Amino acid sequence: MLNYDLVVVGGGPAGMAAALKAKEEGVEKIVILERAQTLGGILEQCIHTGFGLHYFGEELSGPEYAGRFIELVEKTDIDVFTDTMVLNISDSKVVTAVNNNEGLMQFQAIAVVLAMGCRERPRGALSIAGSRPSGIMTAGTAQKYVNIDGYMPGKKVVILGSGDIGLIMARRMTLEGAEVKVVCELMPYSGGLTRNIVQCLDDFGIPLRLSCTVIKTHGKERLEGVTIAKVDERLQPIPGTEEYIECDTLLLSVGLIPENELSKDVGVELDRVTSGPVVDEYRETLKPGIFACGNVLQVHDLVDYVTEESQIAGKGAADYIFGKKKGGTFINTKGIDGVRYIVPQRVNIEGTEKLKLYFRVGQVYTGAKVVVECDGEILSSRKKVKLAPGEMENVVITPEMLAKMNENSEITVRIEQ
Amino acid sequence: MKKSLICVSCPLGCPIEVEIENGEVVAVTGNTCKRGDAYARAEITNPVRSLTTSVKVENGMYAVVPVKSSGPVPKDKMFDCMKKINAVTVKAPVKIGDVVIENILDLGVDIIATNCDPGI
Repeated sequence: MLNYDLVVVGGGPAGMAAALKAKEEGVEKIVILERAQTLGGILEQCIHTGFGLHYFGEELSGPEYAGRFIELVEKTDIDVFTDTMVLNISDSKVVTAVNNNEGLMQFQAIAVVLAMGCRERPRGALSIAGSRPSGIMTAGTAQKYVNIDGYMPGKKVVILGSGDIGLIMARRMTLEGAEVKVVCELMPYSGGLTRNIVQCLDDFGIPLRLSCTVIKTHGKERLEGVTIAKVDERLQPIPGTEEYIECDTLLLSVGLIPENELSKDVGVELDRVTSGPVVDEYRETLKPGIFACGNVLQVHDLVDYVTEESQIAGKGAADYIFGKKKGGTFINTKGIDGVRYIVPQRVNIEGTEKLKLYFRVGQVYTGAKVVVECDGEILSSRKKVKLAPGEMENVVITPEMLAKMNENSEITVRIEQ
Repeated sequence: MKKSLICVSCPLGCPIEVEIENGEVVAVTGNTCKRGDAYARAEITNPVRSLTTSVKVENGMYAVVPVKSSGPVPKDKMFDCMKKINAVTVKAPVKIGDVVIENILDLGVDIIATNCDPGI
């Protein structure tokens, strides 16, 4: 058994930021366990720029953003095991992992930070008719093929889903010589950033079809084409609108799911909307000493916010290890009227620091107000030019607001049109 | 003449209106920062984009290493740049910031590595 103060599961931007913060706070023995060959996580394959505008004040590519944290980790005495798969976290915080060199390893931790990230929703989660030919994959898989393995997975491409990964891959495949025929989006709006629609689709004349989906794949060994169709308000395909498109590759960019198998096994309670753990403002789960941050907690659109969140978790873990973590009276936060969820789900009303509640809306709003309320009293109300499901928002709760609450209070955030 | 654009300078994506008279930009509105103004003017006269792609690595831990243009390149030169970059192979080890192609196509920008590859 190896003894550590803090075991961090996952060496992406979340894991690294949490470990570094804990180190800064004085935690001595820290280990990061990473499944891939190197630290950096998904950023390693996100070679486009747009990372770091908030945190570093400059525009970096994914590997550059990760590189800055890898360099910082290497300067510390934080232990790193790469190529290492965590198999289990026990109730008593024994983390079991395996790799090729050491075989089975057990780490006894005082605190654990969950930073496993998320994975893409696969074809199996959609109901598309057709057999299982090669050429159908998630956009992230194609991104790894092209950007890490230097391998082009196809020549004629259809993309389902207009989230940012789908848009980025439309441009990437086009630059490498493929013909991207169309990007279909089930919803009447794109889930991606407007700038990505401009510079990834419009720049190359790639059509974006909203309220449209793939209903059938053709081909047995290799994909030969897909049938697309328009959908109605209930997102059901409209008969008579079917169209056949010849292609050898179908990329799916249809959502991300936090990877919480380890969390579930150790009995960490999950939020039904985020599919991530229920946490308090220190990012501690309902299991004392187990913290969560990054995409395993909630899917983020900007890595800068992952870093910010993970530093909170790293600080929380350090306080826990030193026995400094404040007890207190925890109340729930709740999203209503258009607010799908809030992280953190629990807030300590005895807290003495300003905190942010992060949330997402369920549809596009223009000129709507974000209203924060507690016990019938409006704490804040702010008008927003635009609110969209693809963009995470936040509201600030001050210690003065908390001071007025009691153990039966509930903080709600809602959208008022 | 008026033209509507979406600024791509940062993830905010401001909707911008540009007023053009005799081929010259006379007014830019809708932007929240200076970069939006510059973007709109460039977009009308000489649209540019930053380019990110990858180059083959010899003896690398990976098959390719990611690269970016050190500054924006003209939009209509992107595919010419791609041709040039795809003809190049670098030798590991590669460090972040290494210049892979100097002054590509005489555009005044370099192609630089954005990840390291220690080699095998």
